[in-house]
Amino acid sequence: MKRVFGSLREYKWPSILTLLLMVVEAFIETQIPTITANLVNTIEGFEGLAGTASQEVMNGVIKTGIQLIAMAAVSLICGGLGGYACSKASAGLAKNLRRDIYERVQTFSFENIDKFSSSSLITRLTTDITNVQMAYMMIIRTVVRSPMMMVFSIVMAYRLGGRLSLFFVVIVPVLVLGLAMIGKVVLPAFKRVFKRYDLLNESIEENVRGMRVVKGFARENYEIEKFNKEADGIRKDFTFAERVVALNGPLMQLCMNFNLVFILFVGAKMIVQSGGETIKVGQISAMLTYGMQTLMSLMMFSVIFVMVTISAESVRRISEVLKEESSLVNPENPVCEVADGSVDFSGVSFKYSADAERDSLSDINLHIRSGMTVGIIGGTGSGKSSLVQLIPRLYDVSAGEIKVGGVDVRKYDLEVLRDSVAMVLQKNQVFSGTIAENLRWGNPNASDEEIRQASRLAQADEFISSFPDGYNTYIEQGGANVSGGQKQRLCIARALLKKPKVLILDDSTSAVDTKTDSLIREGFKNYIPETTKIIIAQRVASVKDADMIVVMDDGRVTDFGTHDELLEKSGIYREVYEEQTNGGDFDEQ
Amino acid sequence: MSSKAPNNGAPAGKPKLNIGILKRIISSLFKAYPKLIPVIIFCIIFSAVAAAMPALFTQNVVALIEKWYVSRDWAGAKAEILPKILLLVGMYALAILSSFAFTQVGAYVTQGFLYKMRGAMFEKMQSLPVRYFDRNKHGDIMSRYTNDIDTLRQLVSQAIPTLLQAGIVVVSVLAIMLWFSVWMTLVVVVGVIAIMFVSGKIGGGSAKFFVRQQISLGKTEGFIQEMMNGQKVIKVFNHEEQSKRDFDEVNNALYNDSFKAHAFANSLGPIIFNIGNLLYVSVAVIGGLLLLSGVKNISISGMAFSVSLIVPFLGMTKQFTGNVNQVAQQFNTVVMGMAGAGRVFDLLDEESEPDDGYVTLVDAQIAPDGTITEADHRTGKWAWKHPHRDGTLTYTELKGDVRLNQVDFGYIEGKQVLYDVSVYAEPGQKVAFVGATGAGKTTITNLINRFYDIADGKIRYDGININKIKKSALRRSLGIVLQETNLFTGTVMDNIRYGRLDATDEECIAAAKLAGADGFITRLPHGYSTHLTNNGSNLSQGQRQLIAIARAAVADPPVMILDEATSSIDTRTEAIVQAGMDKLMENRTVFVIAHRLSTVMDSDVIMVLDHGRIIERGSHEDLIAAKGTYYRLYTGSFEE
Repeated sequence: MKRVFGSLREYKWPSILTLLLMVVEAFIETQIPTITANLVNTIEGFEGLAGTASQEVMNGVIKTGIQLIAMAAVSLICGGLGGYACSKASAGLAKNLRRDIYERVQTFSFENIDKFSSSSLITRLTTDITNVQMAYMMIIRTVVRSPMMMVFSIVMAYRLGGRLSLFFVVIVPVLVLGLAMIGKVVLPAFKRVFKRYDLLNESIEENVRGMRVVKGFARENYEIEKFNKEADGIRKDFTFAERVVALNGPLMQLCMNFNLVFILFVGAKMIVQSGGETIKVGQISAMLTYGMQTLMSLMMFSVIFVMVTISAESVRRISEVLKEESSLVNPENPVCEVADGSVDFSGVSFKYSADAERDSLSDINLHIRSGMTVGIIGGTGSGKSSLVQLIPRLYDVSAGEIKVGGVDVRKYDLEVLRDSVAMVLQKNQVFSGTIAENLRWGNPNASDEEIRQASRLAQADEFISSFPDGYNTYIEQGGANVSGGQKQRLCIARALLKKPKVLILDDSTSAVDTKTDSLIREGFKNYIPETTKIIIAQRVASVKDADMIVVMDDGRVTDFGTHDELLEKSGIYREVYEEQTNGGDFDEQ
Repeated sequence: MSSKAPNNGAPAGKPKLNIGILKRIISSLFKAYPKLIPVIIFCIIFSAVAAAMPALFTQNVVALIEKWYVSRDWAGAKAEILPKILLLVGMYALAILSSFAFTQVGAYVTQGFLYKMRGAMFEKMQSLPVRYFDRNKHGDIMSRYTNDIDTLRQLVSQAIPTLLQAGIVVVSVLAIMLWFSVWMTLVVVVGVIAIMFVSGKIGGGSAKFFVRQQISLGKTEGFIQEMMNGQKVIKVFNHEEQSKRDFDEVNNALYNDSFKAHAFANSLGPIIFNIGNLLYVSVAVIGGLLLLSGVKNISISGMAFSVSLIVPFLGMTKQFTGNVNQVAQQFNTVVMGMAGAGRVFDLLDEESEPDDGYVTLVDAQIAPDGTITEADHRTGKWAWKHPHRDGTLTYTELKGDVRLNQVDFGYIEGKQVLYDVSVYAEPGQKVAFVGATGAGKTTITNLINRFYDIADGKIRYDGININKIKKSALRRSLGIVLQETNLFTGTVMDNIRYGRLDATDEECIAAAKLAGADGFITRLPHGYSTHLTNNGSNLSQGQRQLIAIARAAVADPPVMILDEATSSIDTRTEAIVQAGMDKLMENRTVFVIAHRLSTVMDSDVIMVLDHGRIIERGSHEDLIAAKGTYYRLYTGSFEE
């Protein structure tokens, strides 16, 4: 809670202003009925008067009227300004929260991100924050206003009606008790509904995404049945919750009507018995209004109580992210220069989370000299990607150490390290924006010529130039309008623009045809000879000519050496090689 | 490939009250609950009228007080006042009862209605052609089930009843006012016109920004989604700062729209409330002046001006503006609800995938002499049941003979992707398609299972034009494993059983063994009962593909389509599952798409596709001998 309010910052003042304006508004709103009562009583004075006397009364009416108009004007200004201020405060809080979480996430390591899962981070950034925004708006408007309103109303009612205000003693506990009971039943019911909603939405999303599978297996009716069952569950839970909430209305009506009948009857008695001396008709209508105001403010208070409870879950989820400390931190006196592209693994073990049963990598020892080309081969789940992700410190080792340029990666400034180690990921990602914009991720200051040069090296220049808009072609979200092979080449060009000391390709030419693949490797050899190249591939052909090939199996390095050496000593390598020489690859040309 | 401007796909446009949509919502409500809706309306009207009546009683009681207080005779007054009060209590009791009734029934009806709408949407969605899902973003379809349904809920459960109730109160109060005095009613009406004018202005502004806020929210969500999914790339490129700056931009825009939308909406209440106060003063002053000046009152009741007329009139003024305020407060809900309902109806109005096929698939018993009869149990054989125009029925054995004759096709009109494609697959043959991305391999398989319909040419299945086959029957006869694997929430076993719902556990496990998936599944924490969520996110891509293969295997269809089914399985694992795959393909017509030539070289026929045309066809040996494109690619694959 505290952490979330910490994001208020510059919107603290609009929030405080809202609270103040609401107090003033509540005060004035409780004055108005008394003045109105005066007005009514003044009008009553007309009865039986005539001539100048009635003129005097009329002046009284106008005087009270002006008083009332002035009050209304102040209340209008307070209410309007308050609406403005509370919107600013709540929208601002939401903005700051979104920014703070986003910023926080940018500092997260993948261990942190995996812990939350990115889809849950997205929900926290969107739905949860919207919930908090709405709740906050409601709260700052009512949290002070409602109790104040109640206190002012009761005080004014007592001053005006004396004994008549006794009805509060009866009605307020009834309403409080009723609201509390409703709240007690309804909150868990709503929580159930929300949970069910999540499940239903998940199932819808699965159907949208897997539409071809559903149709392919002709499972439409099966899915409809499944959906209807879940939807019916929501209907039942939600109907129950809504019916309980719906009791609020009649309960409120009951209290208000009791209020009206009581005051009308007892008031009438008091007026008649006192001959209109202690109390007048005007007071009765004012008392009615005070009763209404008290009940209304109680009601509002119960609404914010519900809102707070509902949004508490969102608040908790948001502060969970805000207080999460990144598991990767910059060292105190970071090394800011990477000497060369040598990479050394000594005794490296790694697991994705501390409580994972098995290591994903165990006891890796590898020494890669600067400028070498290294191929990594191994089956699905053998640990190839895990291995290379440790080099730019996407994850930290669990044991052992990794040195780049002779220095432990944990001693580098993170930015310096990642600038020197470029990585093309297995899951290629381009972002919405033009091709040139995407490539400039590698180097924001790259000239057009440099971009062209990198694209040529990645064998991408040709297809980019064939687009009508060339490098200004707009790439849609997820890169929907470029093919897999094209995307991979764009990602390689993007990495090349960094002019890295170490270049890692994690299975990044799988959708590129073999000829282009070899042209890319050719280019690497000729144009960036000093860069260390680490290439993960499924195709032996992609790594055959490497200075060193590493064979991995089940999280361990089983063998390393050149192609010829491995054919001799590595059973796994030979198996893969023979399997693949029986057939080639065929993809884009 | 064209350069396109960023399209955010969000619903734009000005907020407007579309009466057609409102009408449709109301008529759908009536259709869903023909008996309950009238009950609700009756209760709403009754409780509204009952809420308006007290003004009359107050007037009566005040008049009685005026009459009795001079004499201070409470006993006398009580005799006259008490019956009125009791009548009032009675009316209140009825009003509370009816409001209890309509809120309870209303909750039931609202949720039932939403349930029906959701069900209708989902059912409709299942019937939509694949094209629809190409055209619409998934997030956009999703938001119809979430945001749009929610705005619809508010409209039905909150806005419409409030409007109805407040509307009736306004009319009843207006009638009572006229009962008292036409002159003073005029004053109130002028005030209300002012309120309506102001709230129209402010409410309109607020609605405009609420719509904008929705659009900004969509943009922000899109941005966040893209960046979250690309988090690794961001880190690898040290792009954090830039992405924060980009985020600030969308975030600030959202803040602006959200702030303005709420600022307008929040100031509406106080403004109307205080105009109400001004009106109150005006009524008091004008009432006083009228009383003073002795103007003759015009009223339905024929009452003359008096204090006991002005006092309740003041109360009515409050009630009147209060209800007008309630109506105004619903403005945003109505505008947003109608926009949401519009999008829900858009989905419901989409054209379903046409299915005028009449040939169905049945289990068959084949007698030694070749006559086919329909069986009521699984026999392992199927037949096409073909009703003819003359009322006769014929059965054709399902063999898996698929022929495409000179097929042309384009996803978008005017953009042809397949030209004159002819493929003959005899029962039990393995037919492979190879070619570059975009050459049209997947497109051909999409036509066989009729995800899309051909523009020209013919496709025959066991001699029957596939347009005559009911789509569900056609697809049941085709097993399909796609490159992009989609699993469903549920256990591993449930996911395999998806292929055939009545398969036993043993059959599912056998299928998993065939697909080479049994090994890793048994090593999962709960084996076959391991619960998968989020598209099997706890499994690797390769493992998910193995489950998908098992799913197709358990369906045991006579024809299979394997579209890059093993692309995410590395060659070593593929070698392990190869035996199973071979068994899976045995005695089946199989269409294979793969970019790994080792996967396709033992096919009976290999079709080499280029830009939507088949440029070479033949067996691996034929194609090697022909020394064409296939040969160059095969031999070139190991060239440096």
